[in-house]
Amino acid sequence: MAHGKPAPSSEGTRNPLERTAGSGLSLGLLFWLFMLAAVAATLYARRAWWLPPLAVREGASIDRLIEITLGVTGAAFLLVHLLLGFFVIRYRTRGQPRAHYFPHNTPLEVLYTAVPAAVLVSLSVAGMVTWSRLHAPPPPDAFLVEIRGQQFTWSARYPGPDGKLGRVDPRIPQPFNVDPQDPASKDDVTSSEIYLVVNRPAHILLRTRDVQHSFWVPAFRLKKDLLPGRTTELWLTPTRTGTFDIACAELCGVGHYTMHGQVRVVTQEEFDRWLGQQAQRR
Amino acid sequence: MAAAPELHVHEAHRESFWARYVFSQDHKVIGIQYLLTSFVMLLIGGALAMAMRVNLAWPQSGVLQADQYLAAVSMHGTLMVFFVLTPALLGGFANFLVPLKIGARDMAFPFINMLSYWVFLLSALVLLASFFVPGGPLNAGWTAYPPLSALPQAAPGSGLGQSLWLVSIAIFCVSSLLGSLNYITTILVMRTPGMTLGRMPLTVWGIFLAAILALLTFPVLMAAGILLLFDRHAGTSFFVPTGLVVGGEVIRHTGGNPLLWQHLFWFFGHPEVYIVILPPMGIVSDVIANFARKPIFGYPAMVGSMVAITVLSFLVWGHHMFVSGMHPLLGTGFAITTLLIGTPSAVKTFNWLVTLWRGKLYFSTAMLFALGFISTFVAGGLTGIFLGNAAVDIPLHDTFFVVGHFHLVMGVAALFGIFAGTYFWFPKMFGRMMDERLGRVHFWLSILGVYGTFFPMYYLGLAGMHRRIFNYQAFPYLAQLQPVQVFITLSAFLIFLGGLVFAYNLFTSLANGPRADRNPWRGTTLEWFAESPPPHGNWPGEAPRVYRGPYEYSVPGAQEDYLPQWLSPVEAGVEVQH
Repeated sequence: MAHGKPAPSSEGTRNPLERTAGSGLSLGLLFWLFMLAAVAATLYARRAWWLPPLAVREGASIDRLIEITLGVTGAAFLLVHLLLGFFVIRYRTRGQPRAHYFPHNTPLEVLYTAVPAAVLVSLSVAGMVTWSRLHAPPPPDAFLVEIRGQQFTWSARYPGPDGKLGRVDPRIPQPFNVDPQDPASKDDVTSSEIYLVVNRPAHILLRTRDVQHSFWVPAFRLKKDLLPGRTTELWLTPTRTGTFDIACAELCGVGHYTMHGQVRVVTQEEFDRWLGQQAQRR
Repeated sequence: MAAAPELHVHEAHRESFWARYVFSQDHKVIGIQYLLTSFVMLLIGGALAMAMRVNLAWPQSGVLQADQYLAAVSMHGTLMVFFVLTPALLGGFANFLVPLKIGARDMAFPFINMLSYWVFLLSALVLLASFFVPGGPLNAGWTAYPPLSALPQAAPGSGLGQSLWLVSIAIFCVSSLLGSLNYITTILVMRTPGMTLGRMPLTVWGIFLAAILALLTFPVLMAAGILLLFDRHAGTSFFVPTGLVVGGEVIRHTGGNPLLWQHLFWFFGHPEVYIVILPPMGIVSDVIANFARKPIFGYPAMVGSMVAITVLSFLVWGHHMFVSGMHPLLGTGFAITTLLIGTPSAVKTFNWLVTLWRGKLYFSTAMLFALGFISTFVAGGLTGIFLGNAAVDIPLHDTFFVVGHFHLVMGVAALFGIFAGTYFWFPKMFGRMMDERLGRVHFWLSILGVYGTFFPMYYLGLAGMHRRIFNYQAFPYLAQLQPVQVFITLSAFLIFLGGLVFAYNLFTSLANGPRADRNPWRGTTLEWFAESPPPHGNWPGEAPRVYRGPYEYSVPGAQEDYLPQWLSPVEAGVEVQH
């Protein structure tokens, strides 16, 4: 089986493998340059292209988790690219003898299995704590508001003085299927504007009348899909007054990109005055 | 282990052109058919991406209308996932490499193998036909969430285009099943004597595990697709609930649940990510060992981590649904499994790095792309730790942060694996070498392009840029990010340009490349024992036997710096313990 024997590498013409020896210097430098550019861009981005200033209390623990995760993943990113660049430069073919025969090393392998596993489990535990807190029942002093999505606008429904939203039944052929027979629906206020009260928890019910949408205010961090046929919910406590942009974060049709809305966070007095005006207008 | 069936090799020479190159049952021809078809689809999918990028950088340019933009988004995703990455790997490389690497003369079921390619081509043609129907291709994204995808009133592309998409995907699932069964059977029963599972090259392991994933998950997608077709055309309501009003019209469906689609889709969809990344993990391992002239470090851990990824990948689909309104307890469970699946990926990355340590590195184009794979896999994979952690996912979900993440970790990394494999095995496929100089140009354009394109998307996502938006001018905080979009688009052009260089290299090398000998890269695995290109039946004489593991490079005491698997201990003059 003569053709099966490896051809001697000392034959007259160099084989394709040896022709590719080249220099790994530029590649190693590229990996290091990418690493430096990523660090520099991230430092710059933190001032220019980062999370908008936070405006709800519940978002603080999410922001903290993002910072921790950034630290952990940033360290791993730097470690890998430092080593990758270094090995490429250091071990590029420069007439050295054979490579080092090194197929196994159990302690090393156990180490780099155990450390990432421990880090990842810790991060998931930290995430779990925040996740559970966000999904706990809303505080008792929270006030109820229903935010509605449809292709391609946002609106809201507020309970009147009775504090109750009128019953919903999908079989009722009204927009958003509200039951007009239910006494609780009599004083409900619907509005194309969305108002929340500063420093007061808001229990938000989310409903859609057509396709799926997703309620997202970047400054609030929180996001929840509007699921056809169901009511989804979230609760949050705005910490400062002002106007905040809403985006629909789930593809909902041709006008998806126009589905922009605003949440106005105001004081309790301003809110009561506004709601009163809305009720009269009805 | 059954001996490879005897094949009448002399008959191969009498085959007509059609039997030999078109309706061929030779696994190598079928593999090349799959690979070239995937490259054509890559060109279309890439062109759609360029149109979207121009639109995002210069929203006033008017390249696309809003519905055309959504059609481009949806078709780009569909083409890249189903018609580029999957068929190039579990079609192209799987067909070409599996029999050659395990010492078999062909696949277990050659006729079914041929059928799988033609069924695949049919599904591609059905999909492409949707460009030419009223309303255009689907608008609902490659994930096709109902009710948007279920109701023709919901979007222009939710008409015939959406139906064609569903039919195409169902046909594709059939093709994938025919292929997967073939790979699994071939690997299990047709290995040559001596080729134990523990001596299989990692490429074969990656393909084997990906085929198992495909076998078990594509049927779920197919079932979901057919249910959605029923909803659209047969009056059922699997996914559409009661009481919807779309476009002023009351919808007559009752009682369905759109969340069911998401569960079914992602039960397939997440394993799919691993279907396209396990084979490149194997390819990259083969290439790195070869060009570092070192055994892959920790072979058992490499196999073990791929098996762990395969098992865990069935338990993580819910991380696509953290904000969907499913029960919060599910969010907790899926976050834990998702972060755990990061561990085997970390192990693999460190094993590749240690393989480079004290190696003797040759920078062929295949090696450049394999090293680029490590960098992009890490730059993309690490941000999965943000997105896999349910609480952190909430603000980042459905933003460009996600787009950057999955493009780097599975799009670009898998594509780099495909490019590495193409440069590496081209001599075996066609008996000619590719141009290494053009290969380097391709690599440098690609690596600079992908860093510049996908890394800045993390910042866009953090700053609040959501996905799949035709125009962001309605959002003041997004309008000010336009310079970043321009930078990304210019970088994306580099990638596309690199792709054109690759296409040119492919065709000129096919015609004029220097002749390749059997083993141009001085490799150790069985495909390098066959002629370049191998004849139908792969080995005219007896099939090779296997005497050792797949990565015996630089063994101390051996005459050469590589000990091929087929070399008997007597011929080798030295023995190793593996």
